[in-house]
Amino acid sequence: MKIIVCIKQVPAKDAPLAIAGNWIKESDIGFEMNEPDSYALEEALRLKEKHGGEVVAISMGPERVKQTIKEALAKGADRGIHIADDQFAQLDPLSSARMLAEALGKENADLILTGLQSDDHGFGQTGVLVASLLDLPHATIIMQIEVQEKKMRLKRELEAGWFQHIECPLPAVLSIQSGINKVRYATLKGIMAAKKKEIASITRESLGVKSEATQKIEKIYVPTKTKKTEFLTGTPAEMATKLVEKLKFDARVI
Amino acid sequence: MKILVITEQRQGKWNNTSFETLVAAQQIAADTGSAISALVIGKGVASFAEELAVKNIAEVLLVEHDLLEAYTPDGYSLALSQVIASSKPDLVLFPHTYQVRDFAPKLAAVTGKGMIADCVGFHKEGDKIVFVRQMFQGKTAADVTFQGASPWFASFQSGAFRADLLKAHPSGKAPVNKIAVELKPEQIRTKPLELFKEAKSSVDLTQAPVIVSIGRGIKAPENIPQAEALAKAIGGEMAASRPICDEGWLPMERQIGSSGQTVAPKLYLALGISGAIQHVVGMKGARTIVAINKDQNAPIFEIADYGIVGDIFEIMPALTAALEKAKT
Repeated sequence: MKIIVCIKQVPAKDAPLAIAGNWIKESDIGFEMNEPDSYALEEALRLKEKHGGEVVAISMGPERVKQTIKEALAKGADRGIHIADDQFAQLDPLSSARMLAEALGKENADLILTGLQSDDHGFGQTGVLVASLLDLPHATIIMQIEVQEKKMRLKRELEAGWFQHIECPLPAVLSIQSGINKVRYATLKGIMAAKKKEIASITRESLGVKSEATQKIEKIYVPTKTKKTEFLTGTPAEMATKLVEKLKFDARVI
Repeated sequence: MKILVITEQRQGKWNNTSFETLVAAQQIAADTGSAISALVIGKGVASFAEELAVKNIAEVLLVEHDLLEAYTPDGYSLALSQVIASSKPDLVLFPHTYQVRDFAPKLAAVTGKGMIADCVGFHKEGDKIVFVRQMFQGKTAADVTFQGASPWFASFQSGAFRADLLKAHPSGKAPVNKIAVELKPEQIRTKPLELFKEAKSSVDLTQAPVIVSIGRGIKAPENIPQAEALAKAIGGEMAASRPICDEGWLPMERQIGSSGQTVAPKLYLALGISGAIQHVVGMKGARTIVAINKDQNAPIFEIADYGIVGDIFEIMPALTAALEKAKT
């Protein structure tokens, strides 16, 4: 089966964020594969190992995004597609999905996978929107995929410890829940092999998609505190003693 | 302005975030002079509609169909797009539940509109409504506005508004209006099967008065005994943020957050937890929150009563020792 994984590159988890208007200063920070998407990639690789076929990694963004596509290739994806776009961070969810759907539509995949949400914008809509735009069935927050004849049996996570099995025909779009599998590391052999794999580059303009923004991030800022935090200082032993006193005599919770 | 609130119930029970979203709607309505319609969708759900009718809203819309008995994204988005076409709301509000994540973006997309998801608040600037949501895992907030003509779609995060502030109907009862929708079985492509819970949890964290919770900062499973020793000294149950359970370092049943348990203990000790929103919604109701984290900008400190900026591997043993000493 042909599986395409949508992967976003996001600021590294420990990157110090300097706010600049409605985005962040990108110059001094590192970027990495969006963690939820790494679970989607892993699931795609496992499905390929079981059922054969091809795994394609697609990502949108500036030139740096290629590094994340290379990482996917090193882990075992067969080829990559890069939608080159310096303004990607400014797109609203529907416009991003329209670009992606246009590129994905040409590939006629059996299965399109996304992570649950991105660690930067956190819109959490891309998979559902892409499915809607391609008129494909979808399911989200998936914890298990069992491929049967032209359909899948899926385990979908609900809230408060509940799950549901559903049947979904192929082709389809699935958003994968983090923790569905154990993500592999790229091997040295994989990294070497990735050098020979193809990354097709297309520009956003060449997709010919016109999309008016439906929403706009006016500004981002450090959230206002809802609680006054009392910070304790000193050596670890001093801070520990102070905390025990506070919990015992002020908060009275121990 | 006309506001439509899509409520959620399953297996005869409300999802309580529905009421929080109704409170958000009432507050937006008060600020903008709007009328609220609250919608109940399913099959055999008229009693839910009656329950909503006594709230301070203009009307209840009841959408029932055999094909809506079990939730499917196709069924819900097809039915609701018909309701939106006929009742022409300007603003459609949802509780930000897993189910809403599954169908609401599709519903917005089929009407060619966008959705601002997972909002934690709103304010008015001139005649614009500005929606506040979080970005970068809670490290920043964002002010977001809709562009273009209505209808606009937005969802509110669990806990963003207080359900107990929901206002009752001033003169008794709002009318319940039934709306017929057309659905065909072949339009519904996914087939929902049984609902189930995994093996029964041996621990009920919701009843624990003290919880010691670990996050990514614990770094490796070999370090967990240090946190367990601290939990023992303070008389608390162990819990964790999602990544720790994803790694299998603690069982899933000890996960706190939107996909795990929601707890409100008298003391919550967060060790090396950054405070991503998916975690915070599960524990922000705790009476006293202590956060220990090496990053002074970690969002967990926004809700902490006591904070220690430092290395948990230095603090954990020191705190265990201090607790033991306090007992003697």
